[in-house]
Amino acid sequence: MSADTSRIRVTDLNGVMRVEFVDRDILDEAAIRQINTELIKRVEAAAAPCMLISFRGVEHLSSAALGTLITINSLSKKRGGQLRLSDIKPSIMEVFTITKLNKLFHISDTTEKALEGFGRK
Amino acid sequence: MMSPSNQSADDGAVRLREINEDIESMQSSIAGALVRHGYPDAAMFAIRLSIEEALMNGFRHGNLEDPTKCVEVRWKINADEATFHVIDEGEGFDPESVPDPTLDENLEIPSGRGLMLIRAYMTNAFYHGAGNHLEMNFRKKAQP
Repeated sequence: MSADTSRIRVTDLNGVMRVEFVDRDILDEAAIRQINTELIKRVEAAAAPCMLISFRGVEHLSSAALGTLITINSLSKKRGGQLRLSDIKPSIMEVFTITKLNKLFHISDTTEKALEGFGRK
Repeated sequence: MMSPSNQSADDGAVRLREINEDIESMQSSIAGALVRHGYPDAAMFAIRLSIEEALMNGFRHGNLEDPTKCVEVRWKINADEATFHVIDEGEGFDPESVPDPTLDENLEIPSGRGLMLIRAYMTNAFYHGAGNHLEMNFRKKAQP
């Protein structure tokens, strides 16, 4: 998969993979499948992967996208790593609250807060 | 292909053959009617999400991604409420049989949240008949 067609941008922040989305709306089934594949590949390529997914700029999110986050969270934990989420706007945070997934994920208001203590057990 | 619809009016109908078909024009048409009738941003968010989830359920769980089957969407929007019908060509299902995804033991299951989001965001949502015809509506004044 070429970087040109990727639906995500990944930046290394001192050993933490920060993931940002190219699209404002994470709704399209094909795009979500592609994101799922890309993230799994990233997590599987790292020992004890530390991944921070930032939702800066994201306006809509479907339940299929939530499914991808759950998959990545489980896989990261299984490999001794961790997934954190940040920069979630209130309307999308409500989706996490309604589904009670705010209990499952480590969610921070900002990237800076999410990075605090990340990678240390 | 998307069949002809009444794109500029408050009522409309489309038949979609696949989830990746141009649903943006349908969503734009619906959004246009919602704006004309003064629905707030939170309502627009709720309705857009619910339509996406209903379509996903129709294609994936209803039609089992059979490319020969369609999902039909019909809508009617006025100043008080927005009503939507999403009809797939599958065999239907029992909505009560869907496990509660918010239970602790189900939180790590990646699927099964579409219907609960629809029920949370819309004023009413229920299935007709065998369970392949979802009717949902959003009443503007019923929301906080």
